[in-house]
Amino acid sequence: MNTVWSLAKVVVVEMVRRKDFYVLFILTVLLTVTAGSVNLFNDRSIVRYLKEICLLLIWVSGLIIAITCTARQIPAERESRTIFPLLAKPVTRGQFLLGKFLGCWLATGLALLLFYTFFGLMSAAREHHWPVLNYLQAAWLHWLMLGIVISFTLLGSIVFATPSSNGTICLVCSASILLLGRHLNKVALGLAEPLQSILYGVYFILPHIEWFDVRELIIHDASLIPWDKVALATLYAAAYAGFFLWAAWLAFRRRPLN
Amino acid sequence: MEATLSIESLRVEYPSHNLGEGTKVAVNGLTLRVGQGEVFGFLGPNGAGKTSTMNVLLGFVPPTSGTAHIFGVDVREPIARQRIGYLPELTYYYKFLTAEELLRFYAGIFGIPTAETERRIDAVLKLVELDHARQRQIKTYSKGMQQRVGLAQALINNPDLLILDEPTSGLDPIGRMKVREIIQRLKDEGKTVFFSSHELGEVETSCDRVAILHQGELKTEGRVSDLLREHGTNLEQIFLKLIGYSPQP
Repeated sequence: MNTVWSLAKVVVVEMVRRKDFYVLFILTVLLTVTAGSVNLFNDRSIVRYLKEICLLLIWVSGLIIAITCTARQIPAERESRTIFPLLAKPVTRGQFLLGKFLGCWLATGLALLLFYTFFGLMSAAREHHWPVLNYLQAAWLHWLMLGIVISFTLLGSIVFATPSSNGTICLVCSASILLLGRHLNKVALGLAEPLQSILYGVYFILPHIEWFDVRELIIHDASLIPWDKVALATLYAAAYAGFFLWAAWLAFRRRPLN
Repeated sequence: MEATLSIESLRVEYPSHNLGEGTKVAVNGLTLRVGQGEVFGFLGPNGAGKTSTMNVLLGFVPPTSGTAHIFGVDVREPIARQRIGYLPELTYYYKFLTAEELLRFYAGIFGIPTAETERRIDAVLKLVELDHARQRQIKTYSKGMQQRVGLAQALINNPDLLILDEPTSGLDPIGRMKVREIIQRLKDEGKTVFFSSHELGEVETSCDRVAILHQGELKTEGRVSDLLREHGTNLEQIFLKLIGYSPQP
């Protein structure tokens, strides 16, 4: 565990010292503050639109941070050749992958913490209340979803040749699942065989990351999700992340390093 | 003498990138033993199989056949790497870390306790003369300083065997001299050093024994003094003769 933790810490330090995360955060703050300063039609429910805009920006930023941070990890280790002194130490390839995963997930978690704190402060200033448990559930499910995304991006960084192609493919796949994932079974109903079975198969195989999108919970101050359902979602995310990491390990364990 | 490193009938093959070609043999039937406390030079022209052999020793590439052991442990076991230090050629360490942070990271991998880690960081940074730059990010280092931080990371676990791949590559004469001095100090401490180099003058002065590899096969192996006496010339001429190089008239 020492090894995995040491590797993870380096990834977190890298994110903290790079500028791209700060750019996304400042952009989110600026766009939200600008949107908040506009008082359209004296609409008192404007704060809901504001929350919606801010959360959308947080989701987009979260995806970008998770995917770009993960996609560059292994290619950068190869390019700078740091993978050689690292794996020349008593580090297994499985530990290497786990360390990278944990580091990216923790780094993304830190970014989410900052984003959600800003969101909480911004909405508390407007609504004068702060439903902490709602925020906690939404942020936790968001972070779990990013765990799945990070694990398949890590797999992609072994399969695809360059970080840019991997990043683009993972971003397109994640966005597609978020937007279309929940409709695939309905679309399948209208298709002829064998397309119907194929699409159903895809629907059941895909990680449904859109299920983790509970933005409505904090936009409309809805009642809390039952905790047993949150626990199930945690298991679901852990199973998919575990599967992708296992696949990444299978692809990486015998791959020549040079 | 106890063998720190032993290689028996090692063969390494790579699949060829060209269609229709079978496999490329990088190392063919290599057998070597390096004893404790020796400085061993591993020589050969580019493509001779030196890096492939090192890749097997470090567990990066599985041998096609044959075996390799470090301290009696099969190199395929990660634990075999607990007592070794490795300096690869031309590595650009995590540029966002300082030398101290880099060494703390590698010490963490070895599970070295915190107090001991700090003591070793002080010692190795003094040894490689980077003490003054320990809190500067590596991106601000010159090439020579980067090579020396590489040497420091190879020493952080106080290894009994050092594997150095072209340790003086790209260094200026002062940098080379410093690396040579460090190798000599490590030898005096009883460490085993296994290194590849194209600098034959340097090998002649630093090494106890050498092996010369060409096209994956071992051409000769022995004590430097014995080879020099036997051939009656310097190591460079011996090397050129063994690899079949003949100058154009």
